Formats: sequence, structure tokens, C-alpha cells
Amino acid sequence: MTSIGTGYDLSASTYSPDGRIFQVEYATKAVENSGTAIGLKVKDGIVLAVEKLIHSKLLVPEANRRIQTIDRHIGLATAGLLADGRHIANRARDEAVNYRDAYDAPTPLKILADRLGLYVQAYTLYSSVRPFGISTILGAVDKDGPSLYVVEPSGVFFGYNGAAVGKGRQLAKTELEKLNLQELTIREAVYEAARIIYLVHEDAKEKEFELELSWIGQETKGVHLQVPKDLQRDAEAKAKAALETFE
Amino acid sequence: MDHFPTNWGRPRNDAYDAYGTFPLPHRPNNNTKDAFASAVQRTQQPIVTGTSVLALKYKDGIMMAADTLASYGSLARFKDIQRLHPIGNYTVIGAGGDMSDFQYIQKFLQELIIDEFTSQDGHDLGPAQIHEYLSQVMYSRRSKLNPLWNSLLVGGFKDGKSFLAYVDLLGTTYSASTLATGYGAYIAQPLLRKEVEGKEDTLTEEEAARIMETCIRVLYYRDARSIDKYQLATITADGIKITDSRPISTSWSFAEGIRGYGAQTQ
Repeated sequence: MTSIGTGYDLSASTYSPDGRIFQVEYATKAVENSGTAIGLKVKDGIVLAVEKLIHSKLLVPEANRRIQTIDRHIGLATAGLLADGRHIANRARDEAVNYRDAYDAPTPLKILADRLGLYVQAYTLYSSVRPFGISTILGAVDKDGPSLYVVEPSGVFFGYNGAAVGKGRQLAKTELEKLNLQELTIREAVYEAARIIYLVHEDAKEKEFELELSWIGQETKGVHLQVPKDLQRDAEAKAKAALETFE
Repeated sequence: MDHFPTNWGRPRNDAYDAYGTFPLPHRPNNNTKDAFASAVQRTQQPIVTGTSVLALKYKDGIMMAADTLASYGSLARFKDIQRLHPIGNYTVIGAGGDMSDFQYIQKFLQELIIDEFTSQDGHDLGPAQIHEYLSQVMYSRRSKLNPLWNSLLVGGFKDGKSFLAYVDLLGTTYSASTLATGYGAYIAQPLLRKEVEGKEDTLTEEEAARIMETCIRVLYYRDARSIDKYQLATITADGIKITDSRPISTSWSFAEGIRGYGAQTQ
């Protein structure tokens, strides 16, 4: 971090001499400190999973959810600052309502990702604001079928078949690459997602975590819902068993 | 742009143009203007309208019925319009009055339902909540002298309890075990009361459907803004069912005996 103290990292509205915007890079660092979030696009839907680190045993279970619902058919998982995730979800809901108002149709995820990308990018332009300290995974089943996008703190967004953000993203990505995503059903994908989250948590074993799982597909009639309790329990049990045999 | 300099900023005045020097077609119009011409205009009347909606309580929940006509004045303009609309998983609203206002109501209630859904707090809106919300909207709109020109029935079934209530363009609300809007309030309501009151807990779905068909038929005979196709909605513990539009059988043979209509025998 030779750049620190040079003065070019104090504002998102100033480039460094070699053309970087340090505030955006620091925002990316904020994402890397967060529990992992992954998204799987499979043949009949989307599965989102989050490793939510529990910073206090006094917290009510399932409080501070990091997977949120944007519209009936759209889910959003964030890694990074929790409050920024809430803010971006509210903005996404506004955009989804706006699209419905104008076109009387469910928002295609491509459009929502585009609008959120523009919104996040605007926070990299001014000295009066800081960039968002989150990476956002968006998942939906819309008129074109399942789709999955990630919006980065810089405002860039890409479509993916499998996405991972947060601390354990490298390992999660390697695991995702091993899967044959196009062949999986969402029910199978729930098991894989749970397994991957349990696997990447191995590196931060001392911290407690809660697994958040949600899905969208034919089984949910195209609606973004939490994975049912019994299925989640089974997936977690299988994930723990798989850890024993891994490596 | 007014190209007549003498007209700028002042009305036509003989002191400036005493001899009418402007060519007639181009002479500026300096008549006094209607003071209300640019004022806010409100809805004064409904345009495309639906007629009566009927609803009753029966053993398993709520049954609602409405014909499928949307009239343009006295013209039967749209013959296959659905006037019973599901909101969420527990509620059906049925509308008489202005159909574009009804479509607007459908839109903002849909938005409300989605807003509640996205909060994912384990609660969802039942018929009582939707009726209360709707009545607040209707009353606030009439208080702005800009009413949504409808009379609506809200029927639903949630947590083992059935719900049936009315709300109209004035924000008036009431509740009963049988309800009817529009012409139906005069023609069908007495029939419904006679058949239903006191039997809300025993009436079967078949009996209820038969009562509804009778009322729709009577309305079709008497109401000149009705049509002989209708839909039935049931809201029960099993959820919402709205039938496709179905015809009613009618018999006009008696018309032959009406003096001045049938063959003249005297």
C-alpha cells in the first residue's frame, strides 16, 4: 500500500497519477472482509446462499438478513457493509416498482442490474460521498428464464452462471467451476450451495455463522422465497458430512 | 406568438386601434376569457362502466358474482371484461363504476402486495387490511374532490374467518352477510337476504352458486346495462377460484304476451 499518504486516496473524485481511484479499491477491500455470498444459475432457477458471520451470541437468530427480496421474482444477496446492502435493496425495490409502473410487467433482471450499476457508479464520482462497500449478487427468473448478475463497488456489473463474493470467493469459485450448473435442478443446487458455504467457512472456523439460503424456480412458482426449513436442515447436515470427507 | 405590438400586455382598446387596421382573420382575440378555463378539472362522471357486483357469505367462505360487461354510456362496448380481481392470496375485489379507475385500483393494490411481500416479515395482507386501505384511499380521493368512481365489494377468507365489506367513491363502508352494488342493491339484495340470512353457516357452494345465478338472471332481465355472461369467484380455505365467464339461460317467451310487443290480438 505505497499509495497511502500520497493524498490521492482521500476522495473518490480524484485519480491517482497512474489512473486509479483508491476509494473504489478500498470499497472492494470492505467487501473482502465480509462473509461469503454465492449465487448459482441452474437449468430451472436460481439459488442464493450467504455465510452470515455472527458477531454476537446475543443476536436473535435469523436477524440482519443479507439475502433480501426485491420483487416477487428477484432476490439479492450482498457481501460487505450490511447497511449499504439495505440501502441498495431499497433502491432496487424502487427501481422495480418504477419499471412495473411504466410497463406493467415484472422487471427483467438485465434492466434492474443496469439501473443499479448506474446508481452505484454515481457514488464513485463525487468527493462528497463514499462508494458502496458491497458487492451485490442479483438473481431472478424473468421472461428470459433464470439470470444472475453481480454489481461491484465500481458500478460495473456482469452476468454469471455461478457467482461468489466476499472473503471465501476464491475457493467458492473453484468449487462452482467444478459443478455442471446447466444440468442441476434448484433442489440439487441448494445442497451444493450449502456445501460450498460450509466449505469456505473452514478458514474462519473460530467465528460462528448462520447459513442463509433462498431460491427461485418452478418449485416456488417463480417467486423468490427462503428455502424451507426442513430442506435447509437436510442440506446443512449433508454439508457438514461432506466436510468430513473433503480432501 | 402574438405579432401585434399593440396587443402586447393589454386588451384590445379603441384608443390603440380605433379603426381596426388589422386584417380580419388575424385580428387578435381580446374577448374576455373563461375564468375557469385553465382551472383544475375533476372527474365529473364515469366513462366506461361496469354494473352490479353481488357477494354472499356461505359455509366455506365468500362467493362473489359479476357480469362481464363494460358499457360506454348505454352502448354495450366491451362484452368480456373481468370485474372480479384477485388481490394477494386471500382477497377478491369486485367493481362497479368506472373501469379505468378500477384498473388503477388493481395496479396500486398490486404494488401494495408486492411491497409487503418484499419486506419478508412473515406477515401478509388479508381482506380486512385491503378493505381498510382501500377505504382510506377512496375517502382521501373524494376529500380532494377527485374520487375514484367505483363501488367495490371486498371479499376474502383468511385464518379461518371470512370477510365481506363494501366501499364506494365517497369512502362509505359497511359490512353484511350479503352485499350488492349498483342496480343489484335494489334488485338482488332483497333476494340475497331472503336466501342467505340466518343460513350463512349451512349454505353449500352449490346452493350459493344457484342463488347467484338466479340473481344475475333477474338483473339481466331488469338492468339495461347488464349482459347474460357472468363470472363467479369463491374465496375459501382452499384459496381463490374465479371461473371463466359463463352464460345464463333466459326465457323470453312471455314477451309474446306483452301488449305492444308481441303479436296484437285485439
